[in-house]
Amino acid sequence: MSLDAAIQRATAPAILPGSGGVRGALSDLFWRRPKVLLLLMLLPPVLWLGIVYIGSLFALLAQSFFSIDEFSGLINRQFTLKTYGDLFQAANLDIILRTVTMAALVTLASAIIAFPIAYYAARYARGRWKALFYLGIMLPLWSSYLVKIYAWKLILAKEGILTWLFGKLHLQWLIDAWLSLPVVGGNSLSVSFTGTFIVFVYVWLPFMILPVQAALERVPGNLVEASSDLGASPGQTFRNVLFPLALPGIVAGSIFTFSLTLGDYIIPQIIGTSRLFIGQAVYSQQGTAGNIPLAAAFTVVPIVIMGFYLWGAKRMGAFDAL
Amino acid sequence: MNSFLKSCTALTVALTFSGQAVAQVKELGKGEGQVNIVAWPGYIERGETDKGYDWVTSFEKETGCKVNVKTANTSDEMVSLMNEGGFDLVTASGDASLRLVAGKRVQPINTDLIPSWKTVDERLKDAPWFTVGGVHYGVPYQWGPNVLMYNTEVFKEAPKSWNIVFEEMKLPDGKSNKGRVQAYDGPIHIADAANYLMFHKPELGIKDPYELNEDQYKAALELLRVQRTLVGRYWHDAAIQVDDFQNEGVVASGSWPYQVNALVAAKKPVASTVPEEGVTGWADTTMMEADSANPNCAYMWMEHSLSPKVQGDVSAWFGSLPVVPAACKGNELLTDEGCKTNGYDNFDKIKFWKTPVSKCATENDQCVPYYRWVSDYIGVIGGR
Repeated sequence: MSLDAAIQRATAPAILPGSGGVRGALSDLFWRRPKVLLLLMLLPPVLWLGIVYIGSLFALLAQSFFSIDEFSGLINRQFTLKTYGDLFQAANLDIILRTVTMAALVTLASAIIAFPIAYYAARYARGRWKALFYLGIMLPLWSSYLVKIYAWKLILAKEGILTWLFGKLHLQWLIDAWLSLPVVGGNSLSVSFTGTFIVFVYVWLPFMILPVQAALERVPGNLVEASSDLGASPGQTFRNVLFPLALPGIVAGSIFTFSLTLGDYIIPQIIGTSRLFIGQAVYSQQGTAGNIPLAAAFTVVPIVIMGFYLWGAKRMGAFDAL
Repeated sequence: MNSFLKSCTALTVALTFSGQAVAQVKELGKGEGQVNIVAWPGYIERGETDKGYDWVTSFEKETGCKVNVKTANTSDEMVSLMNEGGFDLVTASGDASLRLVAGKRVQPINTDLIPSWKTVDERLKDAPWFTVGGVHYGVPYQWGPNVLMYNTEVFKEAPKSWNIVFEEMKLPDGKSNKGRVQAYDGPIHIADAANYLMFHKPELGIKDPYELNEDQYKAALELLRVQRTLVGRYWHDAAIQVDDFQNEGVVASGSWPYQVNALVAAKKPVASTVPEEGVTGWADTTMMEADSANPNCAYMWMEHSLSPKVQGDVSAWFGSLPVVPAACKGNELLTDEGCKTNGYDNFDKIKFWKTPVSKCATENDQCVPYYRWVSDYIGVIGGR
């Protein structure tokens, strides 16, 4: 009995009276059930992600399982894999292969060009030079994307400044020889794949330099010194120490260059041979043709490719370098 | 139960149909204070780009209807904007207009309420791209041909045929046309090829370049594959083509009077012609939304848009042609030569743009529909 009384006395003050009013009731609720508060705070971002982002993506993906009625051109809202089958038609397969090849080449070239620049910036540039370096890398990103592309169109034109320069240097034969090659050539640089490639590399290069530089900054200098102390040649040091340590940065940069090239539809429209890239195919299929299922199926292609790419990149530790 | 539901649906559809047919404005009241128009860029100018080109301000002053313009860059954009609703008028091209009529997004126009209707060019009054079953779904706005533009230094005389852009040959300056010609970067260009074949290969029996059966369609694609080997880059943007004629050594291409005027104004050695095969062309119509909220202002704008002054000004600005013959004389901006320069006398040689559909009159409903034009043209440009 006395024990009961003791327990009662000990617990009684713990149960406080309600603080009254709506605000008080709410506050009590949150205090008693912390999960309600958590739910309430998470709901808006989850709804945003779920409905606006994943939901619209899902609506898009769902479209790709419909088909277009060949006779009337109307969309047939029944599940079918026919549209995905259309992707494997020769002309569409060409578009996918063309885009992926271009994206891979642009990524490779960006990595090769970006590495020495990033290395210099990370190891040697100090103070004012470092600021100048950042400005030089970022400056092109500040000006309009379209202006840059139109400028390149003029630079690469048949009667443009590059042809003029090569003419003055008596090197015109070099351009002509390159342009006479079957796939990369064309009538002039601005109507060839070479031109498209150059402009892609120019436009996406900063996205490669910055992560590579970040990765190189994190490579401890004494490791490089230790390597040469142990008698490694500069080449060996690069292969065995510097490159493996900078690799996550390169992979991180390649995510940008690869996916941006994969999705771009402005550059190949202005510079190149008029042969379509994936982005342009999506645009024309949903726009002029009204074939939304095929456009949606085309959209799935880069999503799948990037899915695999990111999976591989994660395994190489790219996300630690972002 | 199911059949009951079906008949309900049928009834609803029938009612909607008849409802649409009756919904025509009987008389005009006072303006509602505004009118919302979907238009091509450059079609409705209020002097913001160039002070001399303004056909909106005076209308707003006279009628009290404020003009709100939403520009659209493609016919498909126009159709989707109209499907969203909220607009009163749209300047639809031949490919969009019939789709809008079929989709019941536009309403029949009571031409009695538009006094200027009687001044409209007789050749356009009953044009099939906006007249369905004798009912007018709009008033014409502007039209123009797709001419053959050429460099006058290479061609001392105007080329007589489109063959210079379709077949490999030596041009008058002794060099091949390879890499020196261009073609339009749109599936509708297949119609240009068909138009060429219609003239040169009568055995194919093409009666209308927008209505092609399988064999005729294949022949047109064959021709375009040859063209692919000649064309460095296809054009889709007027500004890029103007640039290519100046910097890429392009000497001949199908084009619009707009580019020709721009290059001539820049004193470049360029001229245009209508070759013996005839040309394709476009014609735009001002159409009124089915549930327009501002019908009175919309009618006032349609009347205003047909005045000779407006028609002449638009033509001068856009390089197109007026639908009111009176506009060709005495317009300061267009000048008395303007109509002739832009191709007024070529009307009979133009096969006006329309959407290819499988149900066609000339080939017993066995035509290749537009969506296949799109995918096959992509293939041709891709080198397939």
